[in-house]
Amino acid sequence: MALPAHHPVDLLRFNTCGSVDDGKSTLIGRLLYDSKNLMEDQIEALERSADITGGGQINLANLTDGLRAEREQGITIDVAYRYFATPRRKFIVADTPGHVQYTRNMVTGASNANLSVVLVDARQGVIEQSRRHTCIASLLRIPHLVIAINKMDLVNWSEERFIEIRDEFEEFLPRLDMKDVKFLPMSALEGDNVVEFSAKTPWYTGPTLLGHLESVHIGSDWNLNGFRLPVQWVNRPNNPTDPRWHDFRGFSGQIAGGLVRVGQKVMALPSGLATTVKEIWTYDGPEDEAFCPQSITLVLEHDIDVSRGDMIIGPDHLPGFSSDLFADVCWMNPRPLQTGRKYFLKHTTHTVQAVVTSIENRLNISNFEPEPGPSELAMNDIGEIRLRTARPVIFDGYETNRLTGSFILIEQGTNATVAAGMLFPPREVVKPEASDFVI
Amino acid sequence: MHSYHLDHLQYLETEAIHVMREVAAEFERPALLFSGGKDSICLLRLAEKAFRPSDIPMPFLNIETGHEFPELLAFRDHRAKELGAKLIVRTVDDVLARGVAVQSFGETSRNRLQIPALLGAIEEFRFDCCIGGARRDEEKARAKERFFSFRDSFGQWDPKNQRPEIWNLYNARLNPGENMRVFPLSNWTEMDVWEYVRKEKLEVPSIYFSHERECFRRGGQWLPIPPPHTDNGRPDPYAGARPKPNEKRAKLIVRVRTIADMISTGVIESRADSIDDIIAEIAAARVTERGTRADDKASEAAMEDRKRAGYF
Repeated sequence: MALPAHHPVDLLRFNTCGSVDDGKSTLIGRLLYDSKNLMEDQIEALERSADITGGGQINLANLTDGLRAEREQGITIDVAYRYFATPRRKFIVADTPGHVQYTRNMVTGASNANLSVVLVDARQGVIEQSRRHTCIASLLRIPHLVIAINKMDLVNWSEERFIEIRDEFEEFLPRLDMKDVKFLPMSALEGDNVVEFSAKTPWYTGPTLLGHLESVHIGSDWNLNGFRLPVQWVNRPNNPTDPRWHDFRGFSGQIAGGLVRVGQKVMALPSGLATTVKEIWTYDGPEDEAFCPQSITLVLEHDIDVSRGDMIIGPDHLPGFSSDLFADVCWMNPRPLQTGRKYFLKHTTHTVQAVVTSIENRLNISNFEPEPGPSELAMNDIGEIRLRTARPVIFDGYETNRLTGSFILIEQGTNATVAAGMLFPPREVVKPEASDFVI
Repeated sequence: MHSYHLDHLQYLETEAIHVMREVAAEFERPALLFSGGKDSICLLRLAEKAFRPSDIPMPFLNIETGHEFPELLAFRDHRAKELGAKLIVRTVDDVLARGVAVQSFGETSRNRLQIPALLGAIEEFRFDCCIGGARRDEEKARAKERFFSFRDSFGQWDPKNQRPEIWNLYNARLNPGENMRVFPLSNWTEMDVWEYVRKEKLEVPSIYFSHERECFRRGGQWLPIPPPHTDNGRPDPYAGARPKPNEKRAKLIVRVRTIADMISTGVIESRADSIDDIIAEIAAARVTERGTRADDKASEAAMEDRKRAGYF
């Protein structure tokens, strides 16, 4: 269907997780095909291959064939992105093939997702992979989860089987702190409950997968509570020809939390100096207020010293400020994480040297139990570590803010990105010195 | 009372501005690849949004194949001047003249030869980062490309050895001689680009709109007939790209959907002469994806574009 030309739509990012034969490729193919997002030549290619190899049956998994071929050549592709649209929403799908490096791939593909689709084979029910995917989705705090119980055609569309699998999930879901979980019976192969409702599931009263993707409420997925502006770039025009900009000094960045208004009090960290917002400058003209995740330039009332890596915050919901950090990390490099090693830690716009002082535990991803005292974390391991940084970091717990609670570790020398980290909530928050800044 | 929520173009915009500012802050000597095509036109507006009221803190770089549409070059120069930016142009002709690269026998297209010209410019100006307008939806290989795409000291992309990209934390660290390509429009689709052109009222080169042009048929698509060869002292730069006697010629109402150079850009028959028309045409091209060719012209547009994508 054509997009209405002037209708603003929003954007939902999701990822699909499944084991090799769960029908992940078929599902993506089905979503694209049934929502009319394939080009003619793609369809013709599908029909051609159906005539040759499929006995006339279109194989929607062939849409991701390029990826498979690359795997056969021994190339590891971690995440491929696909794009499609309906009149209501635009979608970015992070498609993560391969099961060998699944944890690393899924973390990469899901880090920006609003929603994860965990595929389960109705014949098999909950297997270790399903627990692993659900666990990672929960660890990454993906706001919405869909458990798609696929291949329902192979269990005769049995409501009993559906409930059985749902109950298996319900047994461990409470330990994972997922807020929005939907269970959905479907057959990606035959298209039931993907885009079109199925006549075979009269007992199912929920939405189709696409219906859910189109309507799930994502308006509150960003943190709008405590104002955070990690300063990215100091905007100071050099020898401007326009006299208006002679004394212009703005702090540019993407708001990582909360909102900001002209005239409100703010504080720059780590200096602790307080001032008020004089102007919210944008190319399209000044704004009275701005919110996460807008990119803006802030002009302050007083000329205080602020540079890249500093953070401008509002008076509410103060962040942590510490060089002793606790975090869950997902290790992503063949060289394991060992204590005592130094890395660069990039957090918001701030890069600082960090040393891993201890590995507290490694998560057993099958039963969600932390196993204490591992000597190292290997590739795809998830564990809790303690870090000491050369300078204090201004941060929030990942559970309250994905942008100010996350970091990456970079190996010195090779510059490889070796870990994704999720910070624990601060043990104490920053203590503002300016007396009028107390909440 | 606002709803504190961004629509899809606002989201793509803030993501791209964030990426551009990371480049300005993390690299010593970045450049922005500007061809005058629709994607790089969006890049320039995003650069204005990222850096104004300051100057855009990087020069523009364009590698000419020597086969450009004159309309495109004129537009490129005019836009760079309008923005007060420094425009660096390096050419395939120069690379050939200096013997840095050699045209292989029978090779008409200069797409391949743009690579040594680009690497030469990177070395000459010691650029450590080039911002480009490539998008992931363009083709399968691009679907796996990163926002920050690392190149080794030979300028090579190693898909086996890409850095994981998590949240909005981009690893920009390089060793000497290494290079980064950065693609702020990674998550944009062709439709997003045109919707942004419309929303921002961006000027685009005239060849995107329908016009009358002498064309010839080759390889299942219409190609523009190159300008006549006048300089008798030099070999014809368009040798091989001119219609052969058995190839069908026609004067058609056409436009380009994507622009490379004159040799490798197929034109499509189209009456679209406004941004709204173009958007409607792209949207219509998607309608026919249902598998029924309701509108042959629109579906041909889709096909032409795919085939062109296959070229590269």
